Amino acid sequence: MSTPNGVSAMGTGSGVLVLADVTRVHGRGPTAVHALRGVSLTVGAGELVAVMGPSGSGKSTLLNLAGGLDHATAGMVAVEDMDLDALSAAQLAAVRRRHVGYVFQDLNLIPALTAAENVSLPLELDGATACIARRQAREALAEVGLLELVDRFPDDMSGGQQQRVAIARALVGDRRLILADEPTGALDSETGEEVLRLLRARCDAGAAGLLVTHEARHAGWADRVVFLRDGAVVDETAYAVTPQAIATSS
Amino acid sequence: MAIRQGLLALLDEGPAYGYALKTLFEERTGGTWPLNIGQVYTTLGRLERDGLVESAGQTEAGHPLYALTAAGREEVSAWFSAPVPRERAERDELAIKLALAITAPGVDVRALVQVQRSESMRVLQELTRLKANADSEGDAAWLLVVDRLIFDAEAELRWLDHCESRVVRLAAARKKHRSAAAGTRVSTR
Repeated sequence: MSTPNGVSAMGTGSGVLVLADVTRVHGRGPTAVHALRGVSLTVGAGELVAVMGPSGSGKSTLLNLAGGLDHATAGMVAVEDMDLDALSAAQLAAVRRRHVGYVFQDLNLIPALTAAENVSLPLELDGATACIARRQAREALAEVGLLELVDRFPDDMSGGQQQRVAIARALVGDRRLILADEPTGALDSETGEEVLRLLRARCDAGAAGLLVTHEARHAGWADRVVFLRDGAVVDETAYAVTPQAIATSS
Repeated sequence: MAIRQGLLALLDEGPAYGYALKTLFEERTGGTWPLNIGQVYTTLGRLERDGLVESAGQTEAGHPLYALTAAGREEVSAWFSAPVPRERAERDELAIKLALAITAPGVDVRALVQVQRSESMRVLQELTRLKANADSEGDAAWLLVVDRLIFDAEAELRWLDHCESRVVRLAAARKKHRSAAAGTRVSTR
């Protein structure tokens, strides 16, 4: 069961996100902290992978590395076949803007901007014309069922609606990699479930999703669940079709 | 117990015969708990003996019909208004296994917890997939049952996390204890 380096090794080049034998060490010498130890993980198009583990197991480090917000000490992180370590700062920023969508627990919506403006902002930052950015933002908001609220400000929306705006912002444009860190935050269980349904639907439509959560019920939406402990992958479960699931667990 | 109360609740809606009760029960609980027709007739016999159910003629096809007595109706309304007793009478194999493992020499409790965690997670994934593919209106009763199983699996996973952190803390405390004891021996030498 415990083969920390081998469990999820899948060869490179096949996934939207590939981590190959990734190690992240904070500090050096005797006080060095190994946040990740030789983690390999591939997330393909159409796949939602959940990462679970106790606090301090390396979940957030994994997500930060996948999004190019942090650098690996050893090993390789690739998004859409681009080795993030080989990119210049400007190239890396472009990958983050164009290919990666983030959904965080604190939504980071800008209160002075409407839903549509919040969603179109990353596109405009990336040089899209206001007209194209706005059209794509409307499409993304329509996809999360908020077309009628495009001109609302975040403060005039419910928590669930705000979270859907944050998801629309993560999905806008051609992003194929979605990184979600406890995306249901403080939402109640029904609204939280809607968020997971949206992520699931987006992955079913071809995106690659990496979800970090401590909620088993949310991880249940994933195709695979990877368990981290002390910075290493200790196990993972694959979804297998067995129609008898209900009968055998009753 | 649930079959007995379930049949009474269905009969509260009108007289029915055995096979119809079996079908109704399965439909209304989303097919999660298939009944054996023999079980249904045995239960009806006991309910009749206990004065909660009485014979009410037969269908055109000759199936014996059952109806609730006044006592039976009282029993149904008591059931719907009272909580289900929560003392766990049945033996919980997993709890027994972990309790024994924690004190048994040579058992890797963290590995045991992880094996169980993966299994429970796999079940949770399957249940979630069933739910994801269901029709939220047409399958409403069945979805409630699925949700129940999902929350059960989640509770088990949370409990496993709790067990693991407890085991880790215990191991750390023992280690500290041992090194403190070793320190004492050194100083007295």
